[in-house]
Amino acid sequence: MVLLEVEDLQTHFRTPEGINRAVDGVSFHVDEGETLAIVGESGCGKSVTAMSLMRLIPEPPGKIAGSVRFRGRDLLQLSDREMRAIRGNDISMVFQEPMTSLNPVLTVGRQIGETLRLHQGLDKEAAEARAIEMLTLVGIPEPARRVREYPHQLSGGMRQRVMIAISLACSPRLLIADEPTTALDVTIQAQILQLMLDLKQRVGAAVILITHDLGVVAEVAERVMVMYAGRKVEEAPVAELFRNPRHPYTQGLLGAVPRLGSSLTGAARRLAEIPGQVPNLKRRIPGCAFAGRCSLATDLCREVAPGLEEKSPRHFAACHFARKDAIAA
Amino acid sequence: MSASATNSAAVPPGLAIARQLPDLMQPVKVRRGVLGFLRNNPTVAIGAALLLCLMLIGIFAPYLGTVDPTAIAPAKRMRPPSELYWFGTDALGRDVYSRVMFGARVSLTVGLSVALLATLAGLAIGLVSGFVRWADAIIMRIMDGLMSIPPILLAVALMALTRGSVRNVIMSITIAEIPRVSRLVRGVVLSLREQPYVDAAIASGTRMPMIILRHILPNTLAPLLVQATYVCASAMIVEAILSFIGAGTPPTIPSWGNIMAEGRALWQVKPFLVFFPAAFLSITVLAVNLVGDGLRDALDPRMAKDL
Amino acid sequence: MASYILRRVLVTIPVMGIVALFVFSLLYIAPGDPAAVIAGDQASPADVERIRQSLGLDQPFLVQFGGWLWRILHFDLGTSIFTNLPVTSLIAQRIEPTLSLMMLTLALTLVIAVPLGVIAAWKAGSLIDRVIMAFAVSAFSLPVFVVGYILAYVFALELEWFPVQGYTPLADGFWPWLQSLVLPTIALGSVYIALIARITRASMLEVLQQDYIRTGRAKGLGQPSILFIHALKNAAVPIVTVIGIGVALLIGGAVVTESVFAIPGVGRLTVDAILRRDYPVIQGIVLMFSFLYTLVNLMVDVTYTLIDPRIRY
Repeated sequence: MVLLEVEDLQTHFRTPEGINRAVDGVSFHVDEGETLAIVGESGCGKSVTAMSLMRLIPEPPGKIAGSVRFRGRDLLQLSDREMRAIRGNDISMVFQEPMTSLNPVLTVGRQIGETLRLHQGLDKEAAEARAIEMLTLVGIPEPARRVREYPHQLSGGMRQRVMIAISLACSPRLLIADEPTTALDVTIQAQILQLMLDLKQRVGAAVILITHDLGVVAEVAERVMVMYAGRKVEEAPVAELFRNPRHPYTQGLLGAVPRLGSSLTGAARRLAEIPGQVPNLKRRIPGCAFAGRCSLATDLCREVAPGLEEKSPRHFAACHFARKDAIAA
Repeated sequence: MSASATNSAAVPPGLAIARQLPDLMQPVKVRRGVLGFLRNNPTVAIGAALLLCLMLIGIFAPYLGTVDPTAIAPAKRMRPPSELYWFGTDALGRDVYSRVMFGARVSLTVGLSVALLATLAGLAIGLVSGFVRWADAIIMRIMDGLMSIPPILLAVALMALTRGSVRNVIMSITIAEIPRVSRLVRGVVLSLREQPYVDAAIASGTRMPMIILRHILPNTLAPLLVQATYVCASAMIVEAILSFIGAGTPPTIPSWGNIMAEGRALWQVKPFLVFFPAAFLSITVLAVNLVGDGLRDALDPRMAKDL
Repeated sequence: MASYILRRVLVTIPVMGIVALFVFSLLYIAPGDPAAVIAGDQASPADVERIRQSLGLDQPFLVQFGGWLWRILHFDLGTSIFTNLPVTSLIAQRIEPTLSLMMLTLALTLVIAVPLGVIAAWKAGSLIDRVIMAFAVSAFSLPVFVVGYILAYVFALELEWFPVQGYTPLADGFWPWLQSLVLPTIALGSVYIALIARITRASMLEVLQQDYIRTGRAKGLGQPSILFIHALKNAAVPIVTVIGIGVALLIGGAVVTESVFAIPGVGRLTVDAILRRDYPVIQGIVLMFSFLYTLVNLMVDVTYTLIDPRIRY
């Protein structure tokens, strides 16, 4: 069952240096209950994509176009009030920086209860009771005490748990997690990821997980989408992507991942870097966005932007050189 | 851009090609440089222009169709504005227009002098306070004490003890303004002292005066300049207030505050005596404030690179 | 939290001591001979000497300061040179109008300036914002007495809605009291409102950039909630700080406003004292207001703890 269907999403920003085409024609879908990971390096547009889905982009410098159909309704066509009813309720979001994403002058309980009071009409006592339940759910000890504390009294890991509690309070159908573990210590990262997996099972929500960490993708995601320079370049089920990356950029990303223990087995090799830099999104790029750094690039690549093609079942890539597998008879 | 082949590449048939989606908006023309800044911020341009005019008025007052501002002519008292007396005459028959024009000198002199002196003194004190820890405690206590006295009252008290003169007015107001400036400088110094590049400079053996010159001063200049304009505006208003209540420039020297003080008793019947100097004072202070606001916006680090 | 408050109170006492020292020292740091200046150009040497003795300038500084400090602690602010009345009673007689004026102005300012600043920040860059800020910078540039005269001319002289001058004590009725204070309050408040509106806008703008505001939006909260519950409380600390500092403007401006509107308050007393060079009165008033100002800033410090839970230690 398709939950979210995004078609030709574009998000452009007007800046003094020109138009920043942060997201330039991205299409994908998410099914009920599945976990889709969006990967790419910094600046590829993955966070902007997430914010665009929630329409959290400030519209004077930015503008969103395309269609984002959530359970049949195009979110981009909704009024502000209708959109607000969806945020925190049917679709919610977890951000990267737990240290600054919570309001320092309001209690934890108040911040969790806010969504409940807003979307479910609970009164103060009921909201606080539910907040305590949520704190227990996300694994925070002594929830009855914590619910009256302020964010600065909690550690980074705990704050992220609170963020998760806030996002799941109203049992959303879709949870968007933008680099939820990047700002945390490695040990805490594992805990938080595990927490998200467990909760996802319980609540039955679909998850869009945005990350640049392929390790996290391998652990948590079912399908992966790779973005580069505001465009989607590859999409496949997780195992398939890791086994058989088709796009040169994905291959580069995977080649750059250090293998634990490789120096012991003698398989250690120099980490492959991808030469060059991300192109300037303020200039129109006529051909393939990756052509400037790709070892396979030809004039064709530089002039004709490759479209997404299903190279093998459920595996899409946008590259003139990725050969389409012959379909088994 | 069309997907047709160029001379170097033939497009194989059946190749998957991405659809080109249109741009969502038009780029905006950006104006650069000082001129561009002025066009983007017309209020600053207006403020600067006004200020320039007023300074010219002050400098060239004798040549602007004025007569001796202190010339008393009792026979011509309290005339309303006319062709002969553009702003009318006051209770002693003096030409209000001339007094207002010459008054510009006093107000501008006071404003600029206080701004300059308070800035220099504040800079020196702030630097010492920021760098010499034991002095910091003492100096800040003193500054706290000074700041606890409302500036106008402080100036009033000082003026009550000295003969009225422009010089004493300048000194009194300066003393009242120094604490704020020194606090500002001290704040900048304290935050900059923690910066890694200062540590690096010290570690590489740079002597303290060089560090101050190279690293600290340039960073204080911007906020100091902005603060200086506000001090100037504040000083002009304080001078006017002091003169208005009789604690400012002596009556023999026309300042806008003085002229208003003299016109005070009869303002209900002859409002122009108060109105003209008030208008000039307000416009001048407004001009300085606009320039200060503009400088503050311009020197905001995010915009700095555009200039 | 109680310990924080206690510490702030304890710090305030030495500050007040320094203020007292300063106010007292002004007499000594002023260039020239203050006794001669006060006595005036027509005074005889005997008069000057008499003044010098009454000011205590003939005795060592510390002795004088000690004695003066002792008297202060007993609420004795000295004696007026001109009227020979105790300064304390002179001030006590005139304090009601001045306090009324200042309190009303403070209330008016808070009610008008903060919402204006919030709106300007919310609609930053729009026409409303520009209008509000233009008004603020203009009001900031007009000296208090100019505004006073304009208001008096238009609303009292021409339209006759309010009395041109004078003050009606509260004991004579609430509405007459209020009516006599409307114009002076607006005049005195104009600068203060402009100042607070500007700082509110600046502080709100900074807060609205923060991540937790983004989180609030992601929760589906509407604009009023975001502005007034999430943002304003965070923006409040700098705003409250400036409100405290701005009281100095209120005090200075009150002196002038009372002059324009002939209100028999402490400000008028000051102006009269200046005219007559009655230094003990001036000194007493400056000291009293400085203490008041210090207390106000102490209250501001205490208010911080109510606003920001991080400032409790």
